[in-house]
Amino acid sequence: MNAPLNWFSQIGSIAKFGLLSAAQRRASVAATVVGIAGVVAVFIGVLSISAGFNRAMTASGSADAAIILRSGADSEMVSGFGREETRIIADTPGIARNAEGPLSSAELFVIINLPKRTTGTDANVPLRGVESAALGVRDQLKITRGRMFNWGRNEVMVGAGAAREFAGLEVGAQLSIGREKWPVVGIFSANGGVAESEIWTDAKVLQSAYNRGDSYQSIYARLASPGAYEAFAAALTANPQLKVKVLRQSEYYANQSQTLTRLITTIGYLVATLMAIGAVFGALNTMYSAVAARTREIATLRALGFGSGAVVVALMLESLVLALIGGALGAGLSYAAFNNFHAATMNWQSFSQVTFAFAVTPALIGQGVAWAVAIGLIGGLFPAIRAARQPIAAALREL
Amino acid sequence: MNANGKKADPTALVRVEGVEKVFHRGSEDIHVLSRLDLTVATGEFVALMGPSGSGKSTLLNLIGGLDRPTTGSVSIGDDRIDALSDRQLAVWRARHVGFVFQLYNLLPVLTAERNVELPLLLTHLTKAERRRHVETALAMVGLTHRAKHYPRTLSGGEQQRVGIARGIVTDPTLLLCDEPTGDLDRKSGDEILNLLQALNREQGKTIIMVTHDPHASARASRTVHLYKGQLASEPTP
Repeated sequence: MNAPLNWFSQIGSIAKFGLLSAAQRRASVAATVVGIAGVVAVFIGVLSISAGFNRAMTASGSADAAIILRSGADSEMVSGFGREETRIIADTPGIARNAEGPLSSAELFVIINLPKRTTGTDANVPLRGVESAALGVRDQLKITRGRMFNWGRNEVMVGAGAAREFAGLEVGAQLSIGREKWPVVGIFSANGGVAESEIWTDAKVLQSAYNRGDSYQSIYARLASPGAYEAFAAALTANPQLKVKVLRQSEYYANQSQTLTRLITTIGYLVATLMAIGAVFGALNTMYSAVAARTREIATLRALGFGSGAVVVALMLESLVLALIGGALGAGLSYAAFNNFHAATMNWQSFSQVTFAFAVTPALIGQGVAWAVAIGLIGGLFPAIRAARQPIAAALREL
Repeated sequence: MNANGKKADPTALVRVEGVEKVFHRGSEDIHVLSRLDLTVATGEFVALMGPSGSGKSTLLNLIGGLDRPTTGSVSIGDDRIDALSDRQLAVWRARHVGFVFQLYNLLPVLTAERNVELPLLLTHLTKAERRRHVETALAMVGLTHRAKHYPRTLSGGEQQRVGIARGIVTDPTLLLCDEPTGDLDRKSGDEILNLLQALNREQGKTIIMVTHDPHASARASRTVHLYKGQLASEPTP
């Protein structure tokens, strides 16, 4: 007498009857599905900003590249080196070399004002002076239009992100820097990294345009191998001629993106949590009304011998299916609306704009669907328990 | 021993002994059944009659394992069902009881044949075996031609016949009918009563039917009257 009778078949049947009858409750079902879709879309949408920003920053730094700043500096803006120091650094063992010498680029970093295409308002755009080794240090760099600037000339090439976000950066356009006009001669990509937000020129030319003498702000170096970093960093910091701070590029960009990523992630979770609370009530309402509308039906099934455990599981399954439909809808919407959506934002460490693309990653979609599942389960649990606890005899007479 | 000091017939299929049922509403206790005894033999067709609130539906629910008595015992065959857990009762109902409800209680999203199949989903029958049982049950109630119809396209009488087919499809020990003609016109009601009578006489089904309609109770082999939770009179079989 105790053997459970086809428990899984009971659950499947009850859930199927519920979903079949969902059409009769289409307004509240649609409200729940759309509500959950909204939560998931907003959650994924907001977090795709930080995922995209983070991706742009981490795409910039590889593990076998290092950045050297003056001791105590958190960014290039507040760092500085003389010519002699950059030579000592370039000669330190551990730096990779090619036929022209060490892959070490002493660089200058200034900010110019350019209007954003979207708003027309001025924004801080980084203008970087580099040495010839810069192209070896950042090996993902590719000229996509025009050509490389000529060394020793007032010419610039522009990162693809900067060209997209700011006006007046097309190939053939002229940039007013100091008292000179600087032609834009090329556009480059850098695997979506932060360099794409920058304008590049010859460091020597930039030094004279900005009266910087023979000074630099940072050194970008490619190491012989990722394992060479420790010895290289130790050698530099132990050198009494230098006062430097050595970081892996990946670590440097991670630090740079940390503040913004953390802020956006916190906001994303906060907004999604508030919306999810609303959606849980929506799901609760739908499932309570589903249970209320089907009181007699559920009681009939229980009178026929369907178990109350099967009723609970089936109703939660029904709620879960609605939540998953909402979750899939929300994930699809956010992917269509946000993935690869280009934007620019302030990097608060360098006080300049970083261009990046929102990234709706598989991990974010997974998290979004997990939220939907949680909403569905919480929203289904209490109505399901209520349905299973209703006295059968009384519920059978419900109209 | 029953309330009258007599030992209940041990061969009876249904043995209700010394049953009391008290419902609590706030601080008030409502005694719906008081020290009630009833036996029903295998193959009987018993009508439970009485005014509203007399406890006849409550008694039917106790016999059908949908509720438990406050005190006393309910035995069906060899099973003391008042001692079973909820889970055991659900399994017991699936195996031993067919229910027919006043408002038919069909699932609107399922066709007549799928509604009839419902209790069979709790058995270990194959799909083909279930189909055969459903066809037989629908043939017995004369609704083979309406098998693919949804409840909303069936008349009240037809819906109740689907309800009866669902009640008998597992060949239960007991068929319990709660006002089966209460929502039907006289003609449809008569058809249903004919059907129940045929099931009792030809198939030997033990049927207990709650009704307040003397016309309906006249079809039963025995009528039991309830008044204020007690048997008003019980004609000797």
